[in-house]
Amino acid sequence: MASVFEYAPAPESRAVVDIAPSYGLFIDGEFAEAADGKVFKTVSPSSEEVLSEVARAGSEDVDRAVKAARRAFEKWSALPGRERAKYLFRIARIIQERSRELAVLETLDNGKPIRETRDADLPLVAAHFFYYAGWADKLEHAGLGPNPRPLGVAGQVIPWNFPLLMLAWKIAPALAAGNTVVLKPAETTPLSALFFADICRQAGLPRGVVNILPGYGDAGAALVEHPGIDKVAFTGSTAVGKAIARQVAGTDKKVTLELGGKGANIVFDDAPLDQAVEGIIGGIFFNQGQVCCAGSRLLVQESIQDELLDSLKRRLSTLRLGDPLDKNTDIGAINSEEQLARITSLVEQGEAEGAERWSPACALPSSGYWFAPTLFTNVTQAHTIARDEIFGPVLSVLTFRTPDEAVAKANNSQYGLSAGIWTEKGSRILAVANRLRAGVVWANTFNKFDPTSPFGGYKESGYGREGGRHGLEAYLAPTSPEGAR
Amino acid sequence: MPTNAPAALSDVTASDGALRRFLHGLPGVDAVGLEARAASLGTRSIKTSAKAYAIDLAISMIDLTTLEGADTPGKVRALAAKAVNPDPTDRTTPHTAAVCVYPDMVATAKAALNGADVKVASVATAFPAGRAALDVKLADTRDAVAAGADEIDMVIDRGAFLAGKYLKVYEEILAVKEASGSARLKVIFETGELSTYDNIRRASWLGMLAGADFIKTSTGKVAVNATPANTLLMLEAVRDFREQTGVQVGVKPAGGIRTSKDAIKFLVLVNETAGADWLDSHWFRFGASSLLNDLLMQRQKLATGRYSGPDYVTVD
Repeated sequence: MASVFEYAPAPESRAVVDIAPSYGLFIDGEFAEAADGKVFKTVSPSSEEVLSEVARAGSEDVDRAVKAARRAFEKWSALPGRERAKYLFRIARIIQERSRELAVLETLDNGKPIRETRDADLPLVAAHFFYYAGWADKLEHAGLGPNPRPLGVAGQVIPWNFPLLMLAWKIAPALAAGNTVVLKPAETTPLSALFFADICRQAGLPRGVVNILPGYGDAGAALVEHPGIDKVAFTGSTAVGKAIARQVAGTDKKVTLELGGKGANIVFDDAPLDQAVEGIIGGIFFNQGQVCCAGSRLLVQESIQDELLDSLKRRLSTLRLGDPLDKNTDIGAINSEEQLARITSLVEQGEAEGAERWSPACALPSSGYWFAPTLFTNVTQAHTIARDEIFGPVLSVLTFRTPDEAVAKANNSQYGLSAGIWTEKGSRILAVANRLRAGVVWANTFNKFDPTSPFGGYKESGYGREGGRHGLEAYLAPTSPEGAR
Repeated sequence: MPTNAPAALSDVTASDGALRRFLHGLPGVDAVGLEARAASLGTRSIKTSAKAYAIDLAISMIDLTTLEGADTPGKVRALAAKAVNPDPTDRTTPHTAAVCVYPDMVATAKAALNGADVKVASVATAFPAGRAALDVKLADTRDAVAAGADEIDMVIDRGAFLAGKYLKVYEEILAVKEASGSARLKVIFETGELSTYDNIRRASWLGMLAGADFIKTSTGKVAVNATPANTLLMLEAVRDFREQTGVQVGVKPAGGIRTSKDAIKFLVLVNETAGADWLDSHWFRFGASSLLNDLLMQRQKLATGRYSGPDYVTVD
């Protein structure tokens, strides 16, 4: 008689992180209240517990922060690259030393499992700072001419899905290139950015080089509009990205936009099936599917559809949903009530349009924001759930018959951020990858990130690249007029 | 052509060509993805009640093994006594699944066990290299069975497998299965010598088609023995085989599993790959010797809250 192997709760200790009851804005090296005294609460999405009360930046605060960054720019950009590198290396090492604390914090504020913050987010954050620290004294080798110059003050607005990692993607290359920054974290996940502000102080970073302004969309808009910034970097929804593009049109601000996606994960009949199943799971359920490059469309060759779906359903049934701090949790909470409502409405639309919905038996916790892992079959290109970004743990399964059809369907999207190809045939990988209009194409894997690799999209997924040598281009001007700045 | 293949797959062993086409038609294995999955399952955190359950289960799944040129009746008797009663200070400790010895020690082991509910497994077929004529291998097997072996751990002819002579390997397993009579047959692939994951998947299906009761990773005599990745792959194979044929086959990783932490990781692989049906000593075994003492020390630690140390478990 076989017994059942029940995993006892294995929660990571909350004691490693000390969250203050309130936090200010971080401007010019100091924490300060908002000029108008406004605050907002940040809650833990898995329990709806209020974690802290955070100052809410307004346009006056934006102005103060941009001015502080401008003042700091002169000295910071004049430092030799190897001196800037020292600060970045120091920040990277402090992040590693405090990685457990930051992982627990991120899990509390975002709702994602500790397994992911511990094994993915935090190692990547540190790696990003290490990587760009290495560039700081080698900018003349970045392919932008002999003496590339920083742009000035960068206004950066980041999303809630990878709060600290998106901060690293924005801040590390900006500082390495000699820019100063004003960064606005998302309103649902301000805490790790504020802890990062503390790390900047711990590293002795000169005041004003990094300014952190927690707040809502109004603060982000004020930042983008501010005449004192030279560069806008945004990661978030396509709608806001379009608004930003309109806002900065006609100004001399440089812009990079990292927007939505509807990634196609293409599985051919000669794929390594067990690993493809893992890749599909990782592609759509990593971070509860709240990933811009998620593989949210599965394109499976019709001849292996049944076999693959059986395996996929069996594997879905083993996913462990629950307390994000439990080290054995695979699926955590949805980041906010608002996001949960959006996912729910799109899923209902998928059902109403005739797609077939399936989820494993899965008890959801009574408090917090939760959505069971879900897959849809009988989906066609015409369904809303095959076109719109859901940004949740929902997979749409479509089929194809030939490589040509796979490529046509994969490219038939307003987005073009990511794609995956699963086949044991190397020549097919190369042939298909060349025809996909996606910024990142993974072969026999998915959602693999590395600071050396550029990341960005085609079409409505945005423009500009982050990561790698290409990521420096967003923060450097190849030439500058004699004597400028 | 004799066959042990289940009806659903009887045609694939009809000829060398058919067998090759079938084995080479199995889905490929992506090494990076397989190892990443095994590593990811290795991060499961097994604590308190789950750990107690896993430790007892692991003890009950051990084939307590001695396969040395220096084995003597005294050594084998000590091993048998330990298998029956692993922790003399705590009689609630489960016994191991089996003792595993060379054929000439089977009678000694059988007598020492004296009717206890511990099986005697014997390696056979010119273990560990398997480099002998078929009739020598069969004689080796019959000898072990005649001496009372409940289980036979055979090795496949890796040379034939690597040369692509799958039917030869298949027929040899068939012949050994027949010679084993009612003894359960474990088929050792020596995965470290097959080298690629594609080969391990093919060997797993070949063994199961030939009627293996267990598929087993290794002899413990080469550099690379059981690993989480090769065991995960074999667990996928038995899972898929049962799905297609309805026949359940056991898995035995052997060699290199020395700590409780390692053993628990393997049990997590079983639980989340093949499933709970395999969480039983009838379907999953560890080929190990030093593992048992580590499990006993961890078991004592859970019971008392203190680490005891190597002087509080028996040497054998």
